[in-house]
Amino acid sequence: MRKVHLFKSLGLVLTASMALAACGGNEKGNASPSASASPSASASSGASAGEGGDTVKVGILHSLSGTMAISEVTVKNSELMAIDEINAKGGVLGKKIEPVIEDGASDWPTFAEKARKLLSEDKVATVFGGWTSASRKAMLPVFEELKGLLWYPVQYEGLESSPYIFYAGATTNQQIVPSIDYLLEQGKKKMFLLGSDYVFPRTANKIIKAQLAAKGGEAVAEEYTPLGYTDYSTIIAKIKSAKPDVVYNTLNGDSNVAFFKQLKDAGIAAKDLTTVSVSIAEEEVKGIGADILAGHLVAWNYYQTTDTPENKTFVENFKKKYGADSVTSDPMEAGYTAVHLWAAAVEKAGSFDVEKVKEAAKGIEWNAPEGKVTIDGDNQHIYKTVRIGEIQSDGMIKELWNSGSPVKPDPYLKTYDWAKGLSGGS
Amino acid sequence: MWLTQLFNGLSVSSILLLIALGLSITFGLMKIINMAHGEFIMIGSYAAYVTQNVFKSALPKSAFDAYFPVAIVVSFAVAFAIGYLLEATLIRFLYGRPLDSLLATWGVGLVLQQVARSIFGAPNVAVTSPSWLDGGMRIMDGVVFPYKRLFIIGLVLVCLLAMYLYIYRSGPGRRMRAVMQNREMAACLGISTRRVDGMTFAIGSGIAGIAGCALSLIGAIGPTIGTNYIVDAFMVVVLGGVGKLVGTVAGALGIGMFNTLFEWWSTASLGKVFVFVLIVAFLQWRTMGLFAVKTRSLD
Repeated sequence: MRKVHLFKSLGLVLTASMALAACGGNEKGNASPSASASPSASASSGASAGEGGDTVKVGILHSLSGTMAISEVTVKNSELMAIDEINAKGGVLGKKIEPVIEDGASDWPTFAEKARKLLSEDKVATVFGGWTSASRKAMLPVFEELKGLLWYPVQYEGLESSPYIFYAGATTNQQIVPSIDYLLEQGKKKMFLLGSDYVFPRTANKIIKAQLAAKGGEAVAEEYTPLGYTDYSTIIAKIKSAKPDVVYNTLNGDSNVAFFKQLKDAGIAAKDLTTVSVSIAEEEVKGIGADILAGHLVAWNYYQTTDTPENKTFVENFKKKYGADSVTSDPMEAGYTAVHLWAAAVEKAGSFDVEKVKEAAKGIEWNAPEGKVTIDGDNQHIYKTVRIGEIQSDGMIKELWNSGSPVKPDPYLKTYDWAKGLSGGS
Repeated sequence: MWLTQLFNGLSVSSILLLIALGLSITFGLMKIINMAHGEFIMIGSYAAYVTQNVFKSALPKSAFDAYFPVAIVVSFAVAFAIGYLLEATLIRFLYGRPLDSLLATWGVGLVLQQVARSIFGAPNVAVTSPSWLDGGMRIMDGVVFPYKRLFIIGLVLVCLLAMYLYIYRSGPGRRMRAVMQNREMAACLGISTRRVDGMTFAIGSGIAGIAGCALSLIGAIGPTIGTNYIVDAFMVVVLGGVGKLVGTVAGALGIGMFNTLFEWWSTASLGKVFVFVLIVAFLQWRTMGLFAVKTRSLD
């Protein structure tokens, strides 16, 4: 009796706990206190693309719970701020924008399900959302099938160009490729590639390895850990024995906290070993602790310290709205910019129709906090300035190098000889 | 290098043991499939965070380093209190119903996560570790044992010793074992099983709180950190043999050592797979785990 009983409960426990770990707290509803309730009555059935009376609905789809919430909640906030700004100026085409907020819960199938709900039930004009590449890849078929429009605010691994997605974050040639060039110029040739185990780090590292091979660098090791991994002592031991010049870090979410805390404890400071991270911005620095991260490098297109008049207003307004302690970061700026670019495209098109907006969006320019951005008509990516920065002990990031002018997006790296054979698409 | 790895294995084992100790009481002794265990760890972490902030704002700078011992006590107390409350209001209706206790505690876990999110916000928060835990002990060139890891190993030993003394060498502990082994008989002999149940669950939760406080030194603090640890905690308890303290220790050591070894040879993801395969294979052979409780009671 006892044996059977125990064995049963064991199976039960392991299945349930794995399911729990996999969804990482999959709460539904109650998205956010700031989420404006969307009365379904306002969506008149006849109108197309979310138009109903004096308002137009747009979807905001980020992880408000789970392991990615640390990053995505802030993007949601900056997108809402952009919507408020546009509404304060009278809205788009005379209609107020009404955000419909959904929680992707750090769970990729949930993103697809919520995207479908936003497009077919709420009939939103466009959706701003996603963070991890896995969530974008999960949503992509939904947007292509229902011919909806997604604005994706985060840097990613490239090699993609969906006709129904606008990529407001950097592709590889606007972040990773120039940062590797920068490191090689500094004479740092031996790189240790460390990432979370999913689409973005694996693809990014494939590109980095090809680039290193062509330019005389060397990838001494390549390591992946599951999302949410918490013990890096063995990885750090491997780093010590591989003796790289640089650790190129594509970890995402909570793992970054564990990695950097434990790296410091192991007696490795920024002056002993350069690390370059592509998923740590001001918001993450706050959660990890600036004293732990000071001196480590990051690569982005925007920092809170970026010196433009637009950024000054952006930071000021953001602090006014979300508290003096809040910081602004690259993906937040990209989300904010995406909302404004969409509004500009709608105004130019004179319609909320997805195909007309896409057509009108080509070549639209806007003075974003990061400087001038332009939508590339060919691949729906955005011209962006590349910036390498160093984390300071006050939690801000100091720019060390920038590309001077916005770099043309090249998601398939067609203009790079060494990248031949990487792109599956073309 | 092997010395570093040996230490890493020991360190991983000590962390596993720390997160599993509380569960070895609530699940091991009380047979509650306690899915909210991870959330008690989270409560401990946030208690440490709050204690830190209080020290930062209310006390002079020189006193700041003393916050951590205080935080350990506060974490235990807060998790203990919430555990006691939970037992009194919910768990006590679910004894002997493993499936119901699983679902109910899972639900409680989600509620606690959402509460943490409402109070502290969804992003992670940072705990500054006290300066006396920074750095490490140099054993030889290139081999450094971080003080935090040493501290956690020490903390685990202290917790273990305290638990051993309480369970096996004290009056309340004896009553606790009596109730867990044969509830009816213990009740017949005049033990208040209600009070024992409440205390036992609260102690298990309190130890999870200590674990959370210690983990704030080396990992993230956020509403969902509990989910990062719950699987490991159950693995340790089940592998060790449900209901035995020594089994939990052996389980933690086994998993920690093998995990580090496999990760060194292969990769983090693959290492975890190997460990899972080993555990499943082992439990096929010995379904009761490493150490089994021998009892004459029927259940």
